[in-house]
Amino acid sequence: MIVKRSPLTFWERLYLPAILGGFKVTLRHFFKKKVTMQYPEEKWTVPPDYRGAPYLVRDQEGNTKCVSCQLCEFVCPPKAIKITPPGLSGPPADRSNAEKMPLEFEINMLRCIFCGYCQEVCPEEAIFLMKDYSLTGTSRAEMIYNKEKLLALGGTHNDRIQKWKWKAEEAKAQGVAP
Amino acid sequence: MTTVLESKPASPPVEKIKIKVDGREAEVPRLMPDWQGKLVPTTMLQACQIAGVEVPHYCYHPKLPVAGNCRMCLVEFGLPAIGPDRKPILNEDGTPKIIRQALPYDPNLPRGAIACATPISPGMEIYASSPATKQMREAILESLLINHPLDCPICDQAGECKLQQYSVEYGQSESRFAEEKVHKPKRVDLGPRIVLDDERCILCTRCIRFSKDIAGDDALGIASRGSHNFLTNYPGKAFDNNYTLNTVDICPVGALTSKDFRFQMRVWFLKETKSLCTSCGTGCNIVIGSREEKVYRYTPRENDAVNACWMCDYGRLNYKWIDRADRLKEVRKQKTDGGREPIAWTSALKEISEKLRTAAPGSVAIIASARQTNEELYLLAKLAKRLGARTDSVPRRGEADKLLFHADRNPNSTGARLTGFLSAEMGSNFNQIADAIRTRTIRTLLVFGEDVTKHGLSAALLKGLDALIVSDILPSPTVELAHYLLPGCAHAEKRGTFTNVKGRVQKLMKAVEPPGDARPEWEFLHELVFNVTGQNGFVSIEGLFHQMAKDVPALAGLTWAALGDTGVTVAI
Repeated sequence: MIVKRSPLTFWERLYLPAILGGFKVTLRHFFKKKVTMQYPEEKWTVPPDYRGAPYLVRDQEGNTKCVSCQLCEFVCPPKAIKITPPGLSGPPADRSNAEKMPLEFEINMLRCIFCGYCQEVCPEEAIFLMKDYSLTGTSRAEMIYNKEKLLALGGTHNDRIQKWKWKAEEAKAQGVAP
Repeated sequence: MTTVLESKPASPPVEKIKIKVDGREAEVPRLMPDWQGKLVPTTMLQACQIAGVEVPHYCYHPKLPVAGNCRMCLVEFGLPAIGPDRKPILNEDGTPKIIRQALPYDPNLPRGAIACATPISPGMEIYASSPATKQMREAILESLLINHPLDCPICDQAGECKLQQYSVEYGQSESRFAEEKVHKPKRVDLGPRIVLDDERCILCTRCIRFSKDIAGDDALGIASRGSHNFLTNYPGKAFDNNYTLNTVDICPVGALTSKDFRFQMRVWFLKETKSLCTSCGTGCNIVIGSREEKVYRYTPRENDAVNACWMCDYGRLNYKWIDRADRLKEVRKQKTDGGREPIAWTSALKEISEKLRTAAPGSVAIIASARQTNEELYLLAKLAKRLGARTDSVPRRGEADKLLFHADRNPNSTGARLTGFLSAEMGSNFNQIADAIRTRTIRTLLVFGEDVTKHGLSAALLKGLDALIVSDILPSPTVELAHYLLPGCAHAEKRGTFTNVKGRVQKLMKAVEPPGDARPEWEFLHELVFNVTGQNGFVSIEGLFHQMAKDVPALAGLTWAALGDTGVTVAI
């Protein structure tokens, strides 16, 4: 295809009208409301369904909800999650009938792509993508968040079902020790 | 378990019956072997398997007696109609009329039969995928799940659970059960290696039948009634025989779990490598489950010529030494002042080759473990022949049991004999070698995978040698005295073959990487043999195996590929 290039007109060759047009835009914005945010002093309000960093949560009774099923580790596309299962000799789970919880739970935040698969796959509602988006550290090792840090950052999740609690109560009522 | 002939020995076992599975015609043998190998009438389940149609089942296991209690294999079926004259009734087009079996009190309701225990008959039609069959399966699954705790996130069986699998394939998507579930004991300590979760049990009795009929230890049973049925061991008697962990394998759900594997790793992460158990001369076929260079478990692999579907607990748990922290990781040479320094593989092999090449005939002895592979022993035999060396291995005897555990605790005694490494009875040359070292006839000793200080060659004796060349995987007093230390590989870290006590030549495959600088023994032995004898001709384990098959009469005609996954039996 041949693009026809017509020669510039006199006004176009004069160049000044374009400059003035540009100044007009600048002047218009000069008197408008400012849109620039003074980050990090000013911060953006994160929308409610924002996918930030994944953290672990405890239930309202302070129990670690994660049972170390390792589905998040399995589904994680960039392989950011590494879970060490407790084995037989590991510490007992916070809720005794849940039988296990992770010995160690590490998320490499440098690898994490905040896709939310871990939250979606979790059968225990133990991991949630929260609103943190600006994660910094001075070393790579510092960016690997361990279980303690993840639980501290995750806080409490108000669990409406509390499946393990009612399972234990049900078993107890039937005379079976949970 | 000897094969017992059927009551009618005259009938040839190849007699075939024509049936139809899902509308397709199939020809199946009239008789097939049962769990003991005895010929009995073929069941609908076996017939479907031959026709390539899967019938889901829990309690049926080809190596166990049929119980028929889970009802999962229910199928709708039809039989040829027979007239009052005992002749088949024909349709208008001349084909035999088939009557779909229905309940006697309601001809509209199909009557299923359990495929695992119903023998086939000529002209039978099995509707393994009909709507009625599907409905029966849905109903059975729903019933099995009534009191199931659904604690898959904390269940070790998740990922290899038949309840999960069949629920996806044949079950309903939602539970209609709104009532309170019956709770049963969890974390029941059945014995030293087994934990039982009674809530997960679907009462298929596979474990009971295995313990009673295969292991010969009638330790398990079902107590109580109805929904409160639960599996238990005999009160006061721990479930403790050498085969308990097989019940974990055959448990279709997560009721029986191994204490050793409990909460260690989710099964879907495990890389599965076909290999062999090395704890005795039986050579049970196994699958090594490993992840990120760590071995997590052994599970038996079916091989009817060796171990059927089973293996003993001792062999199964004998893997923890593989990733011990004190594994030998570097090639070392003893300095003149007695200290040790690391040395490169190439320099070490060059120096050793030089020493062996210049050694006087008869001044070398080789002691190699019968835990080394056929290929390694073959190379050592070649070296021994060239050097006129005396050879021996350490015999290991124990008590045999009546199922799999063999009295010979070396996995490859037969291989040591067949490859020509051992000429006399195992262990009979030790005294001669000790004497020859004492009289300074033997100046150089090669030790592969044994601590000879425990077997008659004292440290003082070894110190008198000109050269002590040791290859091992774990530290020992012999390793401490070595002039040259060559770190070797565990069986899970290399490829090769073993020959079991019955002459079955079987392959082992590599599951994990060796630690540090350790190398498979056959690799550096190949270099050593080349340097000393000038013979070459292979660069891979396949090539080496083929050369061995050419040189060793007992292995004549074997190829690496022909060994397959389950091996080949040779005359011994």
